[in-house]
Amino acid sequence: MKYLHLIWAALWRRKTRTLLTLVSILAAFLLFGMLDGVRTSFANAGKSAAGAERLQTGSKLSFIETLPQSLQARMEQLPGVKMVAYANWFGGAYQDPHNQIFTFAVSDNYVDMYPEVTVSPAERKAFEQTRTGVLVGDLLAKKYHWKVGDKLPLQSNIFPNRDGSKNWSFDIVGVIHSSKPDDRQMLQGGILMHWKYFDESNPYNRGRVGWYVTRVADASQSDRVANAIDALSANSDHETRTMTEQAAMAQWIKQMADVGFIVVSIMGAVFFTLLLLTGNTMAQAVRERTSELAVLKTIGFSSASVLGLVLAESVVLVLLGGVLGLGLAAVLGPVLSAGSGGMVSMPSVPASSWAIGLALMLAIGLLVGLLPAMRAMRLNIVDALAGR
Amino acid sequence: MKSFLRGLVLALVVVASIIAWAALPWPVLLALAVLFVLWMQLTRAGRQAGSATSVGVSTLPQRVGSSSVVVVGIAGVVAVLVSLLAMGVGYSEALSSSGSADTAIVMRDGSASEVSSVLEHDAIVAIAEAPGIARDKSGKPIASPELVVAANLPLSDGSGDEGSVQLRGVGEQAWAVRPDVKIVAGRKFQPGLRELVAGKGAQRQFAGLEPGSQIKLGSQMWTVTGIFAAGNATDSELWGDADVVASAYRRGSSRTSVFARLTGASAFAGFKAALKGDPRLQVDVQTTLDYFSKQSEQTTQAIRIIGIVVGVIMAIGAVFGALNTMFAAVAGRAREIATLRAIGFRGTPVVVAVMLETMLLALLGGVLGGVLAWLAFNGFSASTLAAGTTAQMSFQLHVTPALLWTGIKWALAIGFIGGLFPAVRAARLPVTTALRES
Repeated sequence: MKYLHLIWAALWRRKTRTLLTLVSILAAFLLFGMLDGVRTSFANAGKSAAGAERLQTGSKLSFIETLPQSLQARMEQLPGVKMVAYANWFGGAYQDPHNQIFTFAVSDNYVDMYPEVTVSPAERKAFEQTRTGVLVGDLLAKKYHWKVGDKLPLQSNIFPNRDGSKNWSFDIVGVIHSSKPDDRQMLQGGILMHWKYFDESNPYNRGRVGWYVTRVADASQSDRVANAIDALSANSDHETRTMTEQAAMAQWIKQMADVGFIVVSIMGAVFFTLLLLTGNTMAQAVRERTSELAVLKTIGFSSASVLGLVLAESVVLVLLGGVLGLGLAAVLGPVLSAGSGGMVSMPSVPASSWAIGLALMLAIGLLVGLLPAMRAMRLNIVDALAGR
Repeated sequence: MKSFLRGLVLALVVVASIIAWAALPWPVLLALAVLFVLWMQLTRAGRQAGSATSVGVSTLPQRVGSSSVVVVGIAGVVAVLVSLLAMGVGYSEALSSSGSADTAIVMRDGSASEVSSVLEHDAIVAIAEAPGIARDKSGKPIASPELVVAANLPLSDGSGDEGSVQLRGVGEQAWAVRPDVKIVAGRKFQPGLRELVAGKGAQRQFAGLEPGSQIKLGSQMWTVTGIFAAGNATDSELWGDADVVASAYRRGSSRTSVFARLTGASAFAGFKAALKGDPRLQVDVQTTLDYFSKQSEQTTQAIRIIGIVVGVIMAIGAVFGALNTMFAAVAGRAREIATLRAIGFRGTPVVVAVMLETMLLALLGGVLGGVLAWLAFNGFSASTLAAGTTAQMSFQLHVTPALLWTGIKWALAIGFIGGLFPAVRAARLPVTTALRES
């Protein structure tokens, strides 16, 4: 540490070059921060504390098939089950039929399934008492400037109303917030309506639900409960498939695209390029300073400390650029998210990305510094001072 | 103050050149290139620039380490950019080639996609009788009422997970509506039986889709009788008889859509007007070309934006890398350049020479990156949940010549910025100082 000023001075010996290298490193880690943020948010989807305690039950045939509502009472009887809620896909669209919004018709206890979202008690009560009431996610409300008390006209592209048209009208009675603002919940971008109202008002549904959500008393019992639920309707005309919310989410995301593979490919290309650029800079820096390093050795610096000095210099360089880049990514992510009105979810850089990033910086710094440092260590004082 | 102004002017030159480079069509650029070559051939300064460049290029092998940094750096940028863009191109090609201007799709009014549409039996009969539909030899209209449902099948990656596949129940005219769908293995399914044919893309993604094998959809066993290929999004589907699919999925006589071959692209307007004017029907009528292009729009756009954002950030990194390398290269050759100037070479030829050298390296990097992307990813199969459907769609990345050209344009732009500043510095350094530098 006592040589820090020495390292610092060496680093800024050529200001332009160091600045240029810093920007290169910064760009690479900016990219890393943004991509790894996306990767982590994909990988962690559904992995909230409650993710393993919640089971999703859908039709085994296909996820667009419906199940009888009578199953709820039977599921609640099973040992280990705490609560069962259900929901239907409504297919709502706002203003333009192609502007689709996640709209679910849900049982009264649906919100209780998700302790990570909050609705104020007064609004919750209003929801229970208003037949045509809906709860809207705060991100969605912000996007369209909705507030409690507004009438909300929606079109369904699947279900006609009782009068035969596909125009539905709802009353906004409450707003769904997330109790942890950093975790973007799907419910914050959606609308919840009463299943009962939905079922009575459309002639096609007739007591059927799209999927069940079950809360188990103990997460370690999830598999057993899931099997028990599927056993209820085995060999019937509505066989079910139950898995934890975590597993369901992971499977769904896997189908979106192999996000991990794409991210890793890009990062590979970026870091290979970075390694080359920084390595080149370090090699140059050492080559230029041959005589200076020789002087250091002459006045008594050991070979090992010269090695250390050069290595430290390259590590400091990469750390400086990397931390700036990750910091920039952390600032830019939320700005981008806010700018898009909640439609693009760019997470801020999570702690795990910081950890991986810092490890990468250290590794890259050591790697690119190694060759020049070895060169400096092996320097022959007489030759170096003579400029040979 | 003076140097600040000079920097400002230089920055403006860079911005203007990049905008022109991106905006000008290639004939104009070609004309500019011809003018430049003429300048190099015909003027004294041009000839000087030529010989200075040849000196620089001939010493390149001695600086192979640092020059390769520029080449490889730019190659990395171009490879990533081209691969990402190729993904967007492949995706939209797969969807847009699924449709054509002379076939139409009819769905219930307001349906965003096939899965959310329902057409009742009466409507289907009425649609098939509309004017503008082509007829086969026996005089039957070439219209296929189809039923699309999502089915769960185990994925072929061995994880035991299930994915969602689009199962399409088709009428007998489906093959006539889509002449590009061909059986490549096995045979067609027999109407009335629980038999299926699978697309090539679906076969790749899901386990057990071989001719002759049995698969379980829900609680029922189906026999796979053949594999078909169409070279577009249809490849991700399973096809079975519409009546059998409808009974398995309890849809009665309803269907999700009607596909119809028209007598020609010009017949579409009449076909649409007739259906829209029919008081019995409330339907959306589109050509399949419009329908599939619209489905791909958002995803293609999203992939494009991601590609360009990632490309820009990487390019910034590479520009500074190139700047660094070229500054070093110029500094290393300071004495050589000063000698050139001492024996009478003016500033402009020196600037041009250094620029040309960087652009040459950049071009090399651009070509290398394009070739890398092509080798690694052309024809690479990827899959995603298709927008507007409920099933996976597989598609192939396509590195088109247009994309390669885009990559080379980016490479040259990076080379231009990376070379300009060092070149100007080399030309401005006082000769006496430069000669003394080691």
